This record gives sequence, C-alpha cells and structure tokens, in this order.
Amino acid sequence: MSSETVSGWRRSAAIAVALVLLGTLPLWVGNTYYINIASQILLFAVFALALNVLVGYAGLVSLGHAGLFAIAGYTAALLLQMGYGHLAANSAAVVVTLAASAIFAVLALRSTGIGFLMITLALGQIVWGIAYRWASLTGGDNGINVTTRPAPFGLSLASAPSFYFACLVVFLLALGSMILFVRSPFGASLRGTRDQARRMTALGYDVWLIRFAAIIFSGFWTGISGLLFIYYNQFISPQVAALTASAEVLLMVISGGTATLLGPIAGAVIVVVMKNVVSAYIERWNLVLGVIFIVIITFMPEGLIPGTVRLWRWSWSTLNSRWNGTPEKPAQEDASKEPMPKVPT
Amino acid sequence: MMQQITSAQAVILAINSFALGGLLFLLSAGFSLIFGLMRIPNLMHGAFFMLGAYFGVSLLDWGVNFWVTALLSGLAMAVIGGIIERFLLRRLEGQVLPQVLLTLGFAFIIADVCLMIWTGDPWQPSPPQNLRGAVQAMGMFFPLYRLVVLAVAVAVAIALWILVDWTRLGAMIRAGVDDPAIARVCGIKVSQLFTIVFCLGAALAAFAGVMGAPFLSVYPGLDFEMLPLALIVVILGGTGSLLGALVGSFILGFLYNFGQAMFPDLAYVILFLPMLLILVLRPQGLFGRVVP
Repeated sequence: MSSETVSGWRRSAAIAVALVLLGTLPLWVGNTYYINIASQILLFAVFALALNVLVGYAGLVSLGHAGLFAIAGYTAALLLQMGYGHLAANSAAVVVTLAASAIFAVLALRSTGIGFLMITLALGQIVWGIAYRWASLTGGDNGINVTTRPAPFGLSLASAPSFYFACLVVFLLALGSMILFVRSPFGASLRGTRDQARRMTALGYDVWLIRFAAIIFSGFWTGISGLLFIYYNQFISPQVAALTASAEVLLMVISGGTATLLGPIAGAVIVVVMKNVVSAYIERWNLVLGVIFIVIITFMPEGLIPGTVRLWRWSWSTLNSRWNGTPEKPAQEDASKEPMPKVPT
Repeated sequence: MMQQITSAQAVILAINSFALGGLLFLLSAGFSLIFGLMRIPNLMHGAFFMLGAYFGVSLLDWGVNFWVTALLSGLAMAVIGGIIERFLLRRLEGQVLPQVLLTLGFAFIIADVCLMIWTGDPWQPSPPQNLRGAVQAMGMFFPLYRLVVLAVAVAVAIALWILVDWTRLGAMIRAGVDDPAIARVCGIKVSQLFTIVFCLGAALAAFAGVMGAPFLSVYPGLDFEMLPLALIVVILGGTGSLLGALVGSFILGFLYNFGQAMFPDLAYVILFLPMLLILVLRPQGLFGRVVP
C-alpha cells in the first residue's frame, strides 16, 4: 500500500469519526447547556466560514459582516412579528440579505485593502445605527423577540437536541458548499485575484465581478447563520450588529488560520468556548478579546493553533536541551514564515 | 415623521453644527494624517478621543484649569499613542490585517478599562466659568462655548496647514509619504517622523475629547460612535487632505444637527448618506488625489 492511500484512508477515517461524533453529540453530552453551546459553535462556524471566503480566499477584510448577519436576523424577526410564516420570513430574509450584500459589494469594491475595510466598517455601523436608533421600526435597545422556532417537514426544533441537529445539517451544507467552492475554478480565480489582481486582469478575468460574486456567496451564508442565530437565541438586539460582533467573527477566522477550511471551524470552537467560560467568571469579555488580538499579532502571526503548536514545540525542545544537556534539533520555525495573507494596500 | 423647525431654531442649529464640525475636524485631522499619510487603519482613534475625554473629566474634577486639562490630556495621549506606534505598530509596517487587529484590540482594551475606572454612567464636565452662558447679537443668543470650540478648531486647522505645507518638518513628512525609500536615502528619518505624526494625531483626538466633553458628555460606546464619524469625514474629504477634512467635518456637523432636529429616528443613518454618494460619484473624495 502506498503512503498516499494510507493517508487518504486515514483522512476518510478521521472524517467518518468526526461525523459520527457530531451526529451523536446530544446522546453522549446529555446536558442541555452543553448541547446549546455546540449549536452556538456550529452556527458561528457557518458565519466564520462565510467570512473566511472574503478574508482568506479573496484577501478582502470585512469589518461589516455583523451588519449582514443582523440584516438577515432583523428581517426575519420583523416579518415573524408581523405574523408571516417561517418559510416566508426566512426566504424574504435571504433575499434582503443578498440585496444588502450586493449593495455592500458595489460600495466597498470601490476600493481594496484598507479602503475596503473602512467602507465595510462604516456600512456595518449604518446597520447598527438603524437597529439602535430607529426604535419605531426595530424596537431599539429592547430588540425583538422571536417567539417560535420553525418545524421543517413537521419536525419541531423546540428542544435543544433537535435544534442542534438542524444546526448540524446547515453546517454540513455550508461546509460542503465551501469544499466545492475551494476546488472550483471560481475558487481558484478568486485566489488569483487575491494574489495577483493585475495579472488576472491581463489574463482576461473580470476581477471586479469575481470579487462581487465572492461577497454575494459570503453574504448568503452569513445570512443563513444570522437566521440560525435568531432561532437559537429567540431574540435579536442591536448588539448583534455592533463592531464587536464583526471583530469576534474576524477573530474566529484568524485564530484558526485563514484560507483553510478547518481554521474558521476551530476558531469558532475556541472563541465560543472561551466566551462562555470567560463570561461565567468575569464581565470583561471585551478586554479578553482585545488582549487575545494583541497576543496573536505579537506572538503568533500565523494563527492561534499553528502558533501554539510552534511555541509548544519550541519550549519543549528548549526544556529538553536544558535537562539533557544535548542540543535538540532547532524548533520548527517554518510555520512562522507563513504570515497572514497579505492584503494589497 | 419629519419635524418642522423655525428660522430662529435654524440659526441655533447652524451654530451647533459649526461647533460640532470644528470638533469633528479636531478628531479627524489626526485620523486623516495617520490614515492618509501613513496608511495605518487606526481603529483606536475613537478610543483615543474617549480616553482623552475621560482624562479631562478626572483632571477637571481635581480642579485643574480647563485649557491646561485639554493640553495635559493631549500630551498623555501623545505618549500612549507614541509607545503603541513605536513598539508595536512599527513592526507591522505595510501589513494591513495585523495592524487592524492590533488597533482594534487596543480599542477594546481601552473601552473596557474606561468602563472599569469611570463606570458606565455618563459624565458631563462644565465648560470654563468665563465661557458659560451666551452672547447676544442681532437680537439672538449664541452659546459662547460652542463659538470658542469653533474658533479653536479653525486655529488648529491653520496651524496644521502651516505645519504640513510651509515648514521643513511638513516637507519632510510629505517626502516620507510620497517615497519613503528615497526620503531615507536623503537622510530623513522616516520612521521617526511617522511616530511624530502618530503622536500628533493621538494628541489631537484627546484634545478634541476634552473640548467635546462639555456638550457631548462622555459615556461608554462614545469611542465607536466617533470612529465612524472620523472615517466618513476622511472618505468625504479625501484621504490625507486637511482641507477635505475641514469641509467634510462641517458637512457632517450640519447633517447631524439638522438631521437630529428633523428626522430624529434616522439622524445617525443620514450621516452616512454623503459618504455613499461620494463613494459612488467620486471615490477619491472631494479633495483627494487619484493615487495611480
């Protein structure tokens, strides 16, 4: 058996184990609290995967994605409040979110690099401003309650395990679409526009259109995760559209490692777990978030997981050489040579 | 939902608009220099404004003179900004994403520390004794303090214009921005200059914070309310253009005050409309250069 088939076999086995574990999670976790955290992780993983399309594969850093997330949530919540059904409210929310993504794209793509980031930040703040200040429409700081969860195909999602399975299905669909996207010619041309926009233009690709399509694709899954969120929380408030929310998702994408499929998922696990743990002990989540950002930038520019592995190996080999007196082989530095994707300025 | 306003109200609103415009200029001039000249997306600029305002609150509470307070607060922020730039931001030159994360991280930390120290209650220090009240002219009363804010802003604008366009330091800064490599060859210490610009921007933001505290009041969340405003001003006026920042600030000042009076629900959103228009019609901004 060649080594390639062995690693391929191992890979399939790992995926199968992961699927079985995810599929049976409510059975072996049991506790509702932890099942809910798992649902949270899955829905934020969808959000992080969506943002990663832009940050990782397109090299466009958006700080307004919480705005799109909130647009989906608010549209559905408002329509539900007016008495429309779940199907109508959700379809309308997706359409509105896609339209909003198109507007975001047209405006933000007037620029790349810092300009793109600043424009998306401003657009995100507009959404926050509407949610917070236009109280007669959105209820302002009081938010909107979502009283019921939908029952697709007659299956009620009211209980924690059933909602978890709904999140899992959506998550797997999102992941599948991401795998297809990364392998597709569209994904390849998007990476091309990130690395060599000029050459792509010279080769006859419409760089603007490729980026536009990427934003729409990202906006779609952002909207879907926004819908999951309002059904999970059964409540939406302007907090969802705040800059902190955009920053949190960006942290998920970056902490796991950008431009990978597993990175944003790992990032979602880290951030959601950490947020729940930290919030249980102290009120200072923003402070912790800020410190994590600075620590990542200063010590682990390649992302939390690869960075921790590198630091761990480094400290391990240093300790070993101290104790044994024999110099170990030098710590692996090559991981650190791959910094975050360079954003054209 | 539109509210009617009388002409007397309109005059008062116009004065308030000029005062807010002046304040926004103080805030965004530094942001424009840092963002436009150094290409650093400084997302802690709003946090500098808020922290400066809180410093002002405490210093005024201890009985320090108002103008001394404003200067001290600016000085303190120049030191803090200088340290962050010199030891952390400097190492990330040209890397946008890490710069964004670092400045955003500091913005969150500053916001949370402020919440810890000054609590969640709003503070509204009073303006200096001799500037309270109003002056009477043409049968109307004008709030004195706001006129003073406007005058200070205009003075700072003129000083900055002279600094950047007419002094040796300004020429060196412009050279360092246009072509850092050649400027270095000519013996200009570009990174040192950039630290100076960053300190200046931070100091102006904190100064603006103290000046604005008596009529905006200081409260948690002020930082991320002011940051987008500075952003809009810079997008409106064109990055790196001081004249653009001045004009943009006044446009925003008027939109905010008249919007607040006429469409209270949508006042915040109206602020962003000119930005959207400019992005569509003239992406380089009113006074911006087209970068090749």
